[in-house]
Amino acid sequence: MSNERAARQAFLDALVHDDPVQLYERAPCGFLSTTPDGLIVKCNATFRTWIGRDTADIVGKLSFVDLLTAGGRIYHETHFAPTLRMQGSAREIALDLVTADGGRLPVLVNATLDRDESGQARVVRIAVFDATERRQYERELLRAKEAAEAAEVRAQKLARTLQKTLIPPTPPQIPTLDLAAAYRPAGNGDEVGGDFYDVFPVGEQDWVAVIGDVSGKGVDAAVITSLARHTLRALAARHDAASAMLEGLNQVLLHEQTDRFCTISLLRLHKDADGWSAVLTTGGHPLPLLRHPGVEPVAFGAEGSLVGVLDRPTFGETTVRLAPGDVLVLYTDGITEGRCDREFYGEDRLRAVVSREAGPAAIVQRLVEDVVAFQHGVPRDDIAVLAVGVPLS
Amino acid sequence: MVFAHGFGCDQNMWRFVAPAFADHFRIVLFDFVGAGRSDPAAYDPVRHGTLDGYAEDLLTVIRHLDLRDVVLVGHSVAAMIGALAEVAEPDRFDRLVMVGPSPRYIDEGSYVGGFSEPDILEMLESLESNYLGWSAAMAPAIMNAPERPSLGAELTESFCRMDPAVARQFARVTFLTDTRAVLGRVTCPTLVLQCSNDLIAPVTVGRYVTDALPHGTMTMLEATGHCPHLSAPEETIAAMAGFVRGEPVPVT
Repeated sequence: MSNERAARQAFLDALVHDDPVQLYERAPCGFLSTTPDGLIVKCNATFRTWIGRDTADIVGKLSFVDLLTAGGRIYHETHFAPTLRMQGSAREIALDLVTADGGRLPVLVNATLDRDESGQARVVRIAVFDATERRQYERELLRAKEAAEAAEVRAQKLARTLQKTLIPPTPPQIPTLDLAAAYRPAGNGDEVGGDFYDVFPVGEQDWVAVIGDVSGKGVDAAVITSLARHTLRALAARHDAASAMLEGLNQVLLHEQTDRFCTISLLRLHKDADGWSAVLTTGGHPLPLLRHPGVEPVAFGAEGSLVGVLDRPTFGETTVRLAPGDVLVLYTDGITEGRCDREFYGEDRLRAVVSREAGPAAIVQRLVEDVVAFQHGVPRDDIAVLAVGVPLS
Repeated sequence: MVFAHGFGCDQNMWRFVAPAFADHFRIVLFDFVGAGRSDPAAYDPVRHGTLDGYAEDLLTVIRHLDLRDVVLVGHSVAAMIGALAEVAEPDRFDRLVMVGPSPRYIDEGSYVGGFSEPDILEMLESLESNYLGWSAAMAPAIMNAPERPSLGAELTESFCRMDPAVARQFARVTFLTDTRAVLGRVTCPTLVLQCSNDLIAPVTVGRYVTDALPHGTMTMLEATGHCPHLSAPEETIAAMAGFVRGEPVPVT
């Protein structure tokens, strides 16, 4: 009971001591009243103490902006004053007051504009809060935010640079063959994906064209992607058989102590006196489409094991002679599994594009555009396409 | 009549003034990129790294609506953006009204713009502190959701809000650019509305602008501050009314 009585007594004492004048003068924040133009007509003792000036130096002599830094004045005139005029109040404006001794007091300012019955602006009331420590903390936050943003920019740049090393720096070419390829990373390109392609010669009349997809994303996947691409180049010099190259890569990945595996379609292209032939081997990868002129495209080849999973994988070989007008389209599942809501882009759309477009360049370009557009411009997975064809003439 | 808002706010600034001219003119209001409800995706750091980019945006609006005989009312930096646009395509414009113009905010030699370079840098810092309250969540609300009335309350609060990165760049371009050389190439009649106590664009600057314009006249307003169209709309309307209709302006 004695606690309750003491509290009541304290309340009554406070009422006596905190008369309205004391409430105003000694409030724990600065109070000012100004004309609509900003001339100070009244301010409390707390405010006068903070800025180190007497009433006689302030009231009727200074405007609120006169007490701001030059930078703060610009902000006041371009943001604070217009906001006050337009919406009758301004909140949480951060400004620095210049004190009589030239020091600075960081403050947060709330203000209201009162109008009379006819709508004429009459008085501006301003409450000022000391924000010294808060401002210090905010500055540190800002610096941290800037550092984080800079780091993000660096990471993006690194990802894009790394991504570029996973595909040939210039569009590959094979004499007397039409060839086109494209790669589009998932999302907005911030992350390193796992799709890759490569085209390189292994003799005067022999070429390898390969497309692949390493499981997962990010730096770990990129390491395996890079390893796969370079291993295949090395193996191509030692093995004539396409399937032997995948067997070699399978061994390398098994020894790599990684959970990651990849899927691959690999073509060995050979030119002889009669034209081009292709030997295809695949490992866990969607089968390429083969299009003869005037005929609907068909899946071509035989399915093989995932690469980098089994000790004894099987990789079959399928051979085809490429006549003028024939086109082979190799692609990753980023094409067929491109999604719009619950619908996949799917094989039907893929076949329609391959069937409709003239040659490798048109097929590749249209396919990538189509799949990206299908996903509203933000593909969920990497997309890689590679097409080779024998010109008609 | 095309109204172009200055740095800090958006087309809402004209709401006390523009309706007064709707009887005689087709009124065109717009937000510069980064302000109001403009499309954030339209911001291009290179294009909007100079006032020419903003002038080109203004011309894009004018060309798109195929406007001729334009009376352009530009506040603050938009007065200079208007001057750049007029010089680029003078055939489109009939008259310019410059409200509180300044072609150069920083003192240089005998020229008094009113500020030093450190002042401007300090202002940029002030911008940063004040945009702490900007949240990414608010951005789409401000920019893209006029059709959602539940956001009305927040939108009211957003008159003078901009994407902080864009605001900072716009502030830099606004306050560090020198467009004095453009004034002499403006061909159409131009009215300078000068406030009596404008911290941002002092009377000496208004006088400088008027003298540098081939066909410039200045009208002194009793209004104080930098935004007479907000603080003294009636006076602002009265000061422009004769000029925009082609009547001669008493020299003050």
